[in-house]
Amino acid sequence: MAERVLLRHLDVPDIHKLDVYLAHGGYAAARKALTTLTPEQVTEQVKASNLRGRGGAGFVAGMKWGFLPKDSPKPVYLCCNADESEPGTFKDRAIIEWNTHILLEGILITAYAIKCHTAYIYIRGEFAFGARRLHEAIAEAYKAGFLGKNIFGTGFDLDVYVHRGAGAYICGEETGLIESLEGKRAYPRIKPPFPATYGLFGCPTIVNNVETLACVPSIIANGPEWFKSIGPEGSPGPKIYCVSGHVEKPGLYELPMGMPLRTVIYDYAGGIRGGKKLKAVMPGGSSFPVLTPDEIDVHMDFDSMRKINAFLGTAGIIVMDEDTCMVRALEIIDRFYHHESCGQCSPCREGTGWLHKLLLRLEEGNGRPEDIDLMDRIAGNMMGNTVCVLADAAAMPTQSFLSKFRDEFVAHVTLGRCPLKKNGTGHRQAA
Amino acid sequence: MPKLTIDGREVTVEDGVNVIQAAERLGIEVPHYCYHPGLSISGNCRMCLVEIEKMPKLQIACNTKVAEGMVVYTRTPKVKAAQEAVLEFLLINHPIDCPICDQAGECKLQDYYMDYGAYKSRFPLEAKVRKRKVVDLGPHVVLDQERCILCARCTRFLDEVTKTSELGIFSRGDRCYIDLFPGKRLENPYSANVVDVCPVGALTHKDFRFKARVWYLEKTQSICTRCANGCNIDIYHRRGEMFRFRPRYNPHVNQYWMCDEGRLWYKALQQESRLTRPLLRGAQGFTAVTWDQAVNWVIEAITQAQATTTSGESAVAGIVGAKATNEEAYLCLRLLTSSCGTELVAGLSWSPPQAFADDFLIKADKNPNTRGLQALGLLNGKVAVTHILDAAEKGTIQVLVVFAADLVTALGREAVEKALGNVKVIVLDTDYSGTTEYADIVLPIGTVAETDGTYTNYAGRVQRVRQAFPPPGEAKTGWEALSLLHAKLGGASYLSAAEVFAELAQTVPVFAGLTYGKLGNHGVPLASLLPEEVRGAASA
Repeated sequence: MAERVLLRHLDVPDIHKLDVYLAHGGYAAARKALTTLTPEQVTEQVKASNLRGRGGAGFVAGMKWGFLPKDSPKPVYLCCNADESEPGTFKDRAIIEWNTHILLEGILITAYAIKCHTAYIYIRGEFAFGARRLHEAIAEAYKAGFLGKNIFGTGFDLDVYVHRGAGAYICGEETGLIESLEGKRAYPRIKPPFPATYGLFGCPTIVNNVETLACVPSIIANGPEWFKSIGPEGSPGPKIYCVSGHVEKPGLYELPMGMPLRTVIYDYAGGIRGGKKLKAVMPGGSSFPVLTPDEIDVHMDFDSMRKINAFLGTAGIIVMDEDTCMVRALEIIDRFYHHESCGQCSPCREGTGWLHKLLLRLEEGNGRPEDIDLMDRIAGNMMGNTVCVLADAAAMPTQSFLSKFRDEFVAHVTLGRCPLKKNGTGHRQAA
Repeated sequence: MPKLTIDGREVTVEDGVNVIQAAERLGIEVPHYCYHPGLSISGNCRMCLVEIEKMPKLQIACNTKVAEGMVVYTRTPKVKAAQEAVLEFLLINHPIDCPICDQAGECKLQDYYMDYGAYKSRFPLEAKVRKRKVVDLGPHVVLDQERCILCARCTRFLDEVTKTSELGIFSRGDRCYIDLFPGKRLENPYSANVVDVCPVGALTHKDFRFKARVWYLEKTQSICTRCANGCNIDIYHRRGEMFRFRPRYNPHVNQYWMCDEGRLWYKALQQESRLTRPLLRGAQGFTAVTWDQAVNWVIEAITQAQATTTSGESAVAGIVGAKATNEEAYLCLRLLTSSCGTELVAGLSWSPPQAFADDFLIKADKNPNTRGLQALGLLNGKVAVTHILDAAEKGTIQVLVVFAADLVTALGREAVEKALGNVKVIVLDTDYSGTTEYADIVLPIGTVAETDGTYTNYAGRVQRVRQAFPPPGEAKTGWEALSLLHAKLGGASYLSAAEVFAELAQTVPVFAGLTYGKLGNHGVPLASLLPEEVRGAASA
């Protein structure tokens, strides 16, 4: 890819400032959309680009917009999902903090397309710096006439508000986000109805991820064909890969969609730290199945990943080397879901805690042989049986760890300690 | 009217009905905790998962509306596995304290565990999440957070029905708990309904806690007599003692709910002040007599009065309280008009001034049968209670029959004392009262719990009450006592309240065509049948 779109700040310093952004063609796409295209044409172009949601589910964005009722008397709301809290994922944060205006421009174009006059950016509470950047950029945009009344003299109005979360992973689930934005406890809603028909304050609502919205200006500027030419046709466009864990160069890499996972890890992220061997990769954040080294030739796009029963998710690539204890790794993952389960649905509320307790016991060296199958059963009972997919997000890594690294779990039971540690870490051994 | 198939059987139901309700029509129970027909759909317990053809995942029946041609399975291995799994999840952190839990016997965790679970525990006791127990929420309700399964029925009730929102869910995951919002107390007039909606033992009623095991209690359909609303209730009782009232569903009256005051009304019906034997006043005050002696005394008093009357005016008068059933009021009226030949019969419907009322269930009229007395012509203003008392004071009447009414509370001691000095006062009532102090003879009768009968609520709905247990001691039901007097004066005698009601329906036009059978469990409205002036009077 010739030039970075989403991480453009790496090429253009200070692009989070409006004058720099404008000097590099900023808001031209928005002006083009608002002054030369109808909202329907904008939606058409985004649909034609086959832009798929970057929040993890990969739903075609233009199609989602198309679900809005055509003749509703109620206002339409746009919610930008900036509650990025998936472990191993830090792409939205970079856009918000360093390429702020591209997000606002994406929001402006999207709001125009869906005939929305009030947009909310729901930002993760911990992103204090990002929230400040957003406030600064929004103030600049209002001053320049890119937000507020009569934008570009077209008569189109848009107000954008930043709402900071209070520290709950579940607020990233789109209906949990809506509930939280309404001032309520972020219990995800049962669907249907979907937000497009019954969303924020009971009105038609579109919830899009930061990275998704940040892709929109480039589609309008360069055309859907350009966008589709990047990466595989089924899920095209630029993509930020977040690489963390035991690699030489962890960080963000903007590359075309569909890069082989091996290439991202070894060619871009510099391979495994200290020349060690790769043991496992979680390619899409912590919520999806883990991959073994013989599975990393997969292409990182929504469809290719599904073929090997994996998910692109947020492309938060968590790399684990040969020294990693998989029991400990899963314990950390399930601790997260135990902590973050909202507690609404029985299987998730109770299942995440139960899994975590069993893993802690295994870690302590007190695991029982039957616990391994029990954990698999618990995860299976949680999967698909809840209001939102948080239960699945805990169940999928659990089941994949148990099946792909079963020997290591068995070893923890039989040895009463971690086989990778010479001295043993089990409490029983230590005592 | 979509037609669907559930477990191989077809059923046609109205649009908008969910799969739980549709299955109910076929007698198929889909187990559930969070779903309550009187509240919004929450879908959190996941107990009602069913298999539906053409849907890849199990669906929650509570949030699945019926559709034409839908094919539902509620008993497949996949469904059973899911139900067992949900139960297991619900129970891992639930305390095993059934032996000391008041919900035992009517606990959905127990019930469903026996029906759908019955697995061996795979969770160590010591690993359970501990939460607060015996949390005082308000005047009526106590919370045990460990027993709570977080179905959110209580919070939805308080958000949607009372709109008072005292309770919320706090924290996350398996640390979630129900509690009061800071600065709030659960003390709205309907607070105890949360105890009914709670499917487990998390919310219990302070009044009922540790009083009785529910499996020892009998349940009888009745009507709350605390006010004119006529909320449908079940009386829980054992050996002539009542332990609690609980609301019974009636879509036309109280839906699923009742007020806290009505819920504790049973206490007022079984106090120390109950009359249990006929009492005759002598020089030394009351002495207990037999029913035969008492009835003879009453008959003699009435005949004597009739014989000595000269002016052609009635020597006998009667006052009927609006806590009488329709049957009692009718018989009283019949006894006085046809057997004693008097026109001087008045109804008395008294409520304390500025009695509490709201726009939901609680009515300012604290009598259960004001509309019934109106329908019988007892409150139409032709004969006023004050007119009768004036006549008594003047000595134009010699005998006054007071049925289920306390004149002293309603009119003041002074007025009553002046009036009743010169007449023989015959009181039929359930309890000692200000009026019994002026009685020459007292006949003890049964309360609402002790009789069959009907009440006509504020809206003109005629509703049945059923005898839960016989009146205490030698007391008789009101209609029996009146029937006895009636027969002695040469009138008919009745074998049951139903027989009285059948005659009432034949003679009183606004009740025409009604029978106990037709009243069913939800009653029948009289309003449309009432003449305009009666309807006007009732609403005034």
